[in-house]
Amino acid sequence: MSDSFSSSTERGRPHRIRDALLPVAAHLGALVLCGFAFWVIMDIVWRGAPGLDWSFFIDEPTSAGRGGGIAPILVSTGLIVITAIAAATPLGLAAAIFLVEFMPTGSRFAVWTSLSLDVLAGVPSIVFGLFGSAFFGLWLGMGFSILSGGLTLACMILPLLVRTTEQGLRMVPDDWRRGAAALGLSRFSAVRLVLLPAAGSAVTAGLLLGLGRATAETAALIYTSGYVDRMPSSLFDSGRALSVHIYDLAMNVAGGDENAYASALVLILFLIVVNVAAMSISDFLLRKKVST
Amino acid sequence: MTLFWGNSLFLRTPDSRFAFGLGIGAVCVSSILLLIFLFVTGEALPALKNVGLRRFLFDDAWYPTDESFGLVPMLVSSFVLSVCAILLAGPVGVAAAVYRLYYAPSWIRKPYRWLVLLLAGMPSVVLGLWGLVVLVPLIARIEPPGTSLIAGILVVSLMVAPTVTIMSESALEGVARSSWSGAAALGLSRESTLWNVVLPAARGGIAAGILLAAARAIGETMAVLMVTGNIVQMPDGPFSAVRVLTSNIALEMAYATGDHRAALFISGLALTILVLLLSLTAARIAGLKNNV
Repeated sequence: MSDSFSSSTERGRPHRIRDALLPVAAHLGALVLCGFAFWVIMDIVWRGAPGLDWSFFIDEPTSAGRGGGIAPILVSTGLIVITAIAAATPLGLAAAIFLVEFMPTGSRFAVWTSLSLDVLAGVPSIVFGLFGSAFFGLWLGMGFSILSGGLTLACMILPLLVRTTEQGLRMVPDDWRRGAAALGLSRFSAVRLVLLPAAGSAVTAGLLLGLGRATAETAALIYTSGYVDRMPSSLFDSGRALSVHIYDLAMNVAGGDENAYASALVLILFLIVVNVAAMSISDFLLRKKVST
Repeated sequence: MTLFWGNSLFLRTPDSRFAFGLGIGAVCVSSILLLIFLFVTGEALPALKNVGLRRFLFDDAWYPTDESFGLVPMLVSSFVLSVCAILLAGPVGVAAAVYRLYYAPSWIRKPYRWLVLLLAGMPSVVLGLWGLVVLVPLIARIEPPGTSLIAGILVVSLMVAPTVTIMSESALEGVARSSWSGAAALGLSRESTLWNVVLPAARGGIAAGILLAAARAIGETMAVLMVTGNIVQMPDGPFSAVRVLTSNIALEMAYATGDHRAALFISGLALTILVLLLSLTAARIAGLKNNV
């Protein structure tokens, strides 16, 4: 292979150098990326693990989070994320089903919707925070509340949810639709009994990815769900999300690093579980697609 | 598939109700972007009226409580930080993609991919924590205090490099097998094939990935906020502390009122428009590639 096409031309020498450079660059790039990823993960595990014990999960934070645990923060995070998922799921499913099953591809509405979703997916999270505090917080009068934070996050994860559901539905073979029609099923029944179950794992994977995205978010929550680190008593209370807690401990609380790291470890472990679950589901989907 | 439904029997009454419900969901989803524009612009309008766009560009400094609204230092900082981060992350990200697809031993591919996905899903606040506790002290050894433009560039490039890798991988995987066999028939080496055939064929997808990464870099808030020192000034060298547009919003929304608050919404609006242009260009480039 050494007397390749390019090296046999007049400009052979520079090309030979260029060709030798590629594997070096590829290995170097991979090494740098993996090295940094390992560095970050090991650092979080190393410094976070000592602070992690059972009481960390069930205690209230004391002295602005330097001591104690993160129980109320875990509850707030859970409520915020559940609100987001609960609001985004019906809307996302409805939009995806409508786009795939009821709209001709290429119709103006379908094109505009998918374009707006693409743009929405790129809007910076701090802008979602601004929007959330202006729309949910002020205009709808929710103030700083778990509800307002959760709904802001719902807007944020909708593009992801619609996209994955759309893909799942488009993977269902048309014969299934014809079969459903031949059996005299109404479209509603076809969607409920045939299409959604068939696309179920794609929808689940999308939900899990959305869950991960919502849990990782900070900037959109600071001015919507707020800072209060007490145990929330309802969805209208302000509640501090785990990521906001990490930010606050690292930046505003001297001596909060240890608990910041422990909280970061909790966050990362949760995200790993969620993402591994999502990936196993989509791997499973891929295998199923190959086998059919 | 939609074509098939279009040819089937007309909708039965329950079905058209079902479709109507779904359609409402879809309209809601596609109007979120409009709502965001409406509310952010609405909140920004007072400042546009009272202060005027001109003063945002030509005022000397940013003392919003004293009627001085110069955004330029922060605009420049945002721009420099994102461009430098892309210059670092782009080549590393593409190289890492080339490594996994063409050089990695097969047992490494899966864990490697998971590591990249893990880094891609890493919450920005966690990367910011790592930057603040690990990276900043290292930089401070070269030149104190360490919170600086260069710290921001490093953290953000670490954050967006996986985006480039993931997008490049799917672009490279999309290059037709026949290109490989054609190149092999011409006697091209693997490196020559990559340089002359595969990388040029995938350049649309790679460019789209880099643009999306740029959009993420400009919109990134928390990690940058935690490591750049947040002093409003023109960056004069890698070690100077800077404040970018996104961090400014996150820092000042807590107490901003009146024109000051509206000015923050203006910077949010500017960010959104910038990101919108970047992601539309990315979508167009990726779309062009798909049509070929």
